[in-house]
Amino acid sequence: MSADLAIETQNLGRIYTIRNRRERRIRKEVVALRDVNLQIPRGELFGLLGPNGAGKTTLIKILTTLLAPTTGWARVAGFDVVREPHKIRPRINMVSGGEASGYGLLTVRENLWMFAQFYGLPSREANRRIEELLRRIGLADRIHTKSSDLSTGLRQKMNIVRGFLTDPEILFLDEPTLGLDVNAARDVRRFIREWMDAHPDRTVLLTTHYMVEADELCDRVAIISQGRVLACDSPEALKRRLQRDALFDIEITAPNGLTSSMLEALPGVRKAVLTDADGGARLSLILAADSALPGVIHVLTERAVQVRHLTKREPTLEDVFVELVGRPLAEEEVADGQ
Amino acid sequence: MSTPPIYQSTNLPKTRSAAWRSFRIATWLGWQIESNWTDPILFAIYSMLKPLASAAILVVMYGVITNGQFENPIFPYIYLGNAFYIYVGAVMTGVSWAVIDDREHYRTLKYIYVAPIRLPAYWLGRGVARFLTGSFAVFITLAAGVLFLHVPFHPARVDWPLFLLSLMLGVVMLALMGLVLASISLMIAHHFFLIGEAVAGALYLLSGAIFPLEVLPPWLRPLGFAMPITYWLELIRRSLLGDLARGFPTLSGFNNGQLLGILTGLSVLFGLLAAVTYRLCDLQAREKGLIDQTTNY
Repeated sequence: MSADLAIETQNLGRIYTIRNRRERRIRKEVVALRDVNLQIPRGELFGLLGPNGAGKTTLIKILTTLLAPTTGWARVAGFDVVREPHKIRPRINMVSGGEASGYGLLTVRENLWMFAQFYGLPSREANRRIEELLRRIGLADRIHTKSSDLSTGLRQKMNIVRGFLTDPEILFLDEPTLGLDVNAARDVRRFIREWMDAHPDRTVLLTTHYMVEADELCDRVAIISQGRVLACDSPEALKRRLQRDALFDIEITAPNGLTSSMLEALPGVRKAVLTDADGGARLSLILAADSALPGVIHVLTERAVQVRHLTKREPTLEDVFVELVGRPLAEEEVADGQ
Repeated sequence: MSTPPIYQSTNLPKTRSAAWRSFRIATWLGWQIESNWTDPILFAIYSMLKPLASAAILVVMYGVITNGQFENPIFPYIYLGNAFYIYVGAVMTGVSWAVIDDREHYRTLKYIYVAPIRLPAYWLGRGVARFLTGSFAVFITLAAGVLFLHVPFHPARVDWPLFLLSLMLGVVMLALMGLVLASISLMIAHHFFLIGEAVAGALYLLSGAIFPLEVLPPWLRPLGFAMPITYWLELIRRSLLGDLARGFPTLSGFNNGQLLGILTGLSVLFGLLAAVTYRLCDLQAREKGLIDQTTNY
C-alpha cells in the first residue's frame, strides 16, 4: 500500500445475518456492502453519496473499527481494520449526524473536555481548542450549557466539534448535516471546508445523501447504491460524463398516463424521470442530443399534455446519480423504505 | 484567503498510560452521572434511606420469624452479610451497567469504543462511583445496626489489617466479576440492563450472605463454595466479629490465611475469565455489529 493513502479497501463486503426472532433457524442474509474498492489519498475530502440504506454507514463502521467486514480487507492510516484496530484508533475520530448523543448532565465544555482526555490531550490545550472550535462553529455562548438543554441541532454541532477536537489524521463524518436547518448545515459545511483548508494533510471521509453537500465540499465523490460503488471521481469529472448530453427540465400539466418508460423508448432519450409537481408534473430528461427533444414534445402533444415551462441546464450530481442508478436519489430512498 | 490553523500540535501525547487515562476519566464521568441526577440534599437523603429501608425489611422479617431474638449470634451473621452484600450489587452493576448506559441512553458507546482507550479500564472506572455510594450505604447500614440493633462492634477487637485486606481483595474480585458481565453486555440488548443486579440477586442465596451454605440443598452447595463472595463475606465477618463468626459451620475448617488464599486464587481465576470473556465478546460484537446497536426499549 502506498504511504500516501489514508484509506484503502479491497473487495470489501459485509453481509448481515438476520435471525427470525420466533424461529431461530430461519436466517435472512442482507448484503450491505459488496466488493468495495477505494483508494483515498491523504489530504482528500472524499464523499460517499448515496441514499439511506446504500451501505455508507456500514462502510464507515468498518473503517472506524466498529464492525468487522465479511469479505475483503480495509486499511486505515496503513493499518488493517481487523488485526490492528488499536493502531488506528489514536489516528481517527468520527461523528454521526442525526442523533443526540452526549452526556446530558454535563455541560458542553465538560462533554468535549472528557472526550479530549480519552485521547490524552492535556487539559489546557483541550480547553483552548474547545473554545476556539466552539467559536468557529457558532456555539461559544453555550459552552456552560448542559447538553440536555441544547436543541438537537446544537447538540449535533457539539458532536461535530468533538470529532475535530482531537485533530485526527482521518475524520469520518457520517451525514454530519442530517436533521440540521439550512443555516446550521451551511455553518457546518463552511466549518469543515475551513478546517480542511487549514489542515491540508488531514483526510475526511464524509457520507451524505445531499447532492449539494457532496458537490460543494468534496474533492472526489463515490456514488454508492445497494452496497456497490457505481462511480468514483471528482464532482466535475462525474458531471462531465453528461456534458455531451442535453439536459432538460420540463414542467407539464397532468401526465394523462404518460410514463418514463414511454419516453425512454424514444430514439435519443437516455433517461426520463417524471415527478409530481404543483398542479402537474416535472419531467427531467437526459437526451443524447437536442435533436431528440421534438420527439418528446410530439408524445406530450399526442397525450394532450401541455408544456408550461422548458429549461435547458448544466448537469448536476443528481443527473449523474440518475444516469447511474436509474432513478433519482429521493425515489431510491422511498424504494428502500418500502 | 486560507484560514489560520486552529492548532499546531498534531501528535497526541504517548507518555500517559491509556489504561490509567481511561480509568481516571471514567471515574470522573461515573461520579458526575451518579451524583448529579438530583440536587445534593435529595441525593444525601436518598443515599441514607435506601440502604436503611433494605436492611429494615430483613430486620423485620428476622424479628417476626425468631420472635425478636436479636441477641442470637445468627443476627449479626445475617446483618453483616446483608450489609456487605450491598457491595456485590453496587460494584458489579456499576461496572457492567456502563455498557448499556453508554450505548442505549447516552448513545456514546461507539465514540468511546473508537477512542484510544482501554475499555475494561474505562468500565472499572465507571464502577468507582457506585463503589463509593455503596460504601456510604454499607457504613450507614452498619451504623444503624450498631446503634439501634445491638450488632456487636468493638473497634479495639476488630482485626483491622484483615478487614482492610479482605475488603480490598473483595472489591477487586467483584470488579472483575463486573467486567465479565460488562463484556457479556456488549452482546446483549437493553432488556438485560440489570444484569449486574440480577446476578447479584441470584448469588445472594448462594454465597452465605444471610444463611450458612448448609441450609442449601446438597446439589446447590458446590456452587456456593465455588463463589469467591462466600469466602469474602466469611473473612469480613471474622475480621469484624472475631470468635463469634467462627461459630458458624460452613467454613470453620479453614483458617484466615487459607480463606485469603482461596479468595485470591478465585479472584485471579475471575481475572482470567474476565480477560477471555472480554476478548471473545469484543470480537463477536464486532463481527455481529452489536457495538452501537440500540434497541430503543
